[in-house]
Amino acid sequence: MKSFAELQQIRERLKNEVNQRENGEADIRIVVGMATCGIAAGARPVLTAFNHEIDVRKLSNVKTVQTGCIGMCRLEPIVDVITPDGKKVTYVKVTPEKVVRIVAEHIVNGKIVDEFLMPANS
Amino acid sequence: MLFRSHILICGGTGCSSSRSKDIFAAFEDGLKTQSLDKEVKLVLTGCFGLCALGPVVIVYPEGSFYSKVTPDDVREIISEHIVKGRIVKRLLYEETVKQDGIQSLNETNFYKKQLRVALKNCGVINPENIDEYIARDGYKAYEKVVTAMTPQQVVDEIKASGLRGRGGGGFSTGLKWQFTKDAQGDKKFVCCNADEGDPGAFMDRSVLEGDPHCVIEAMMIAGYAVGSDQGYVYVRAEYPIAVQRLQVAIDQAREYGLLGKNILGTGHSFDLEIRLGSGAFVCGEETALMTSIEGHRGEPRPRPPFPAIKGLFGKPTLLNNVETYANITQIILNGSKWFAAMGTEKSKGTKVFALGGKIANTGLVEIPMGTTLREIIEDIGGGIPNGKKFKAAQTGGPSGGCIPAELIDIKIDYDNLISIGSMMGSGGLIVMDEDNCMVDIAKFFLEFTVDESCGKCTPCRIGNKRLLELLDKITSGKGEPSDIPKMEELCQYIKDNSLCGLGQTAPNPVLSTLRYFKDEYIAHIEKKTCPAGVCKALLNYSVQADKCIGCTLCKRNCPVAAISGEVKAVHTIDPAKCIKCGVCMEKCPKKAIVRR
Repeated sequence: MKSFAELQQIRERLKNEVNQRENGEADIRIVVGMATCGIAAGARPVLTAFNHEIDVRKLSNVKTVQTGCIGMCRLEPIVDVITPDGKKVTYVKVTPEKVVRIVAEHIVNGKIVDEFLMPANS
Repeated sequence: MLFRSHILICGGTGCSSSRSKDIFAAFEDGLKTQSLDKEVKLVLTGCFGLCALGPVVIVYPEGSFYSKVTPDDVREIISEHIVKGRIVKRLLYEETVKQDGIQSLNETNFYKKQLRVALKNCGVINPENIDEYIARDGYKAYEKVVTAMTPQQVVDEIKASGLRGRGGGGFSTGLKWQFTKDAQGDKKFVCCNADEGDPGAFMDRSVLEGDPHCVIEAMMIAGYAVGSDQGYVYVRAEYPIAVQRLQVAIDQAREYGLLGKNILGTGHSFDLEIRLGSGAFVCGEETALMTSIEGHRGEPRPRPPFPAIKGLFGKPTLLNNVETYANITQIILNGSKWFAAMGTEKSKGTKVFALGGKIANTGLVEIPMGTTLREIIEDIGGGIPNGKKFKAAQTGGPSGGCIPAELIDIKIDYDNLISIGSMMGSGGLIVMDEDNCMVDIAKFFLEFTVDESCGKCTPCRIGNKRLLELLDKITSGKGEPSDIPKMEELCQYIKDNSLCGLGQTAPNPVLSTLRYFKDEYIAHIEKKTCPAGVCKALLNYSVQADKCIGCTLCKRNCPVAAISGEVKAVHTIDPAKCIKCGVCMEKCPKKAIVRR
């Protein structure tokens, strides 16, 4: 037999997961390039790392989305962060270590991590 | 760890019949092969609503809506979409495809005007996993009720919401709860009517298949409010998936201690059992339903006494329909004001309709009360296929009536529908176009009720039979002008004198077609023609001599050798031999054959 407190725990544990099945207007979207080039450069652990961070931090309004190749294969893994206002920030050569900082600084605190951005003249 | 994708596969009856289980298995297999089974979540859900496009698969977080998927398509979806993030455009529902990517489902015409309250979880959660229901605020309403509200407060909240019975009658749900609560008795029962029998209606089935726990939780709340510790769900045996999922849900709730004695230590006890109906339409009538649960032959009995006073096993009983229950938890959680803000003055909230017949988007829709029929048919339903013209919509099944094309702008709610001679009914909405003969439609529904009459009372047993014979006479070309007043009189007699709702409403399809399409009856009787070209006995096929080129195609295809004629000469049809199958008309390359 469960208790109401245990039901609440189940709710908290799964809420974020089930909410992935609805698209909210206020979502921040993290778009990870997952074409062959992206995967070869290590996009899969990057995607996994984002999901891990979202889960640990219980960020209910953040969704990770995959996309195909955008043509700059040498800079993969490429990640776009799209905020609800439609602004897009592109990070390149992302690694799971960089993910931790992108989430902590950009997603949570709204401060773009300049050093990971796409070089201006590329 | 969060899953990187959720693949939702519709497991409703419609999609299941077009192999969604095989699709599920193919995904399971394919994900294992790519070692993605730990990163991607597969969910078999309830109905998404757009049954016409089934089997449906939705992939989140992108929200890609794949339609008419076959097991052979699964490999491509996995290797392209799941592995590489490239959406498989050819399988997308065309309305969601935009030039620069995909459009959210909620922006499509089918979903845009819908408002999902009763169907909130349908097509979102795995109905066989209680944890997913709990994650969507499941059993929170029950917690609120037993820890912070008195039974009277619960009843007051339901009353204030303005919720009315969704089974068709439209009686105030709160009042029903009050009557049962106030009734004196050592034992009370809470029952759920899931004996959805109207032809073309499948709302209750979809709720039970997609979100069984919301019905269980609502019945627990009802049990607390009226003072009952035992509930029964009466569900048709023809709904095997619904029955199975409901049983799984009951078992899981019991395992968590949500059903049984002293629920989660609150001191409140409530348990639930399923009773299967064997397909008798009359058992959807409340007194017949309870008689059937008691183990007797399903026959109605006169009211009063109403079930709230003397119901199941002679005890006070609360009986609500599945969709009514599906609204309860959200009224408790969001408050009666939130609910009463939706809908029209006397019809609050939303209504689920099963769209069927001559409509592009066959399926399940939930709209706020007060939505016009035009919005349902043209926007949500996608209009009439093949460029045909809308003629009428039938609501309320065999107990209801039709809404003719000139009333398409009517706002759908209980009272408006009754004022035009139809009724809300349980939510079947059958769309008809110019090829439907209204006399034939009336005959179809009456055949159904004559078949399903239990035979207990004479007006229904014999009256409806005689009424059907009159309709038969008219559609076979033997009608007389005096038949119409005769039918009108008989209809009134049956309505006034039948014992239960089945008989009292059985003449409605006849009355409402007589009201709006009397000219069609007159054409059948006086001109002996069927304007829509449906009633076979009134049709005649003939060859137009100036168009016939003598190709002999019709002659060779006629199954009864009713056509004669030489090569390159005009052919003729022998009306005595013709069985009016229409094959000649289909085969003729010159459209030389006419039906009158």
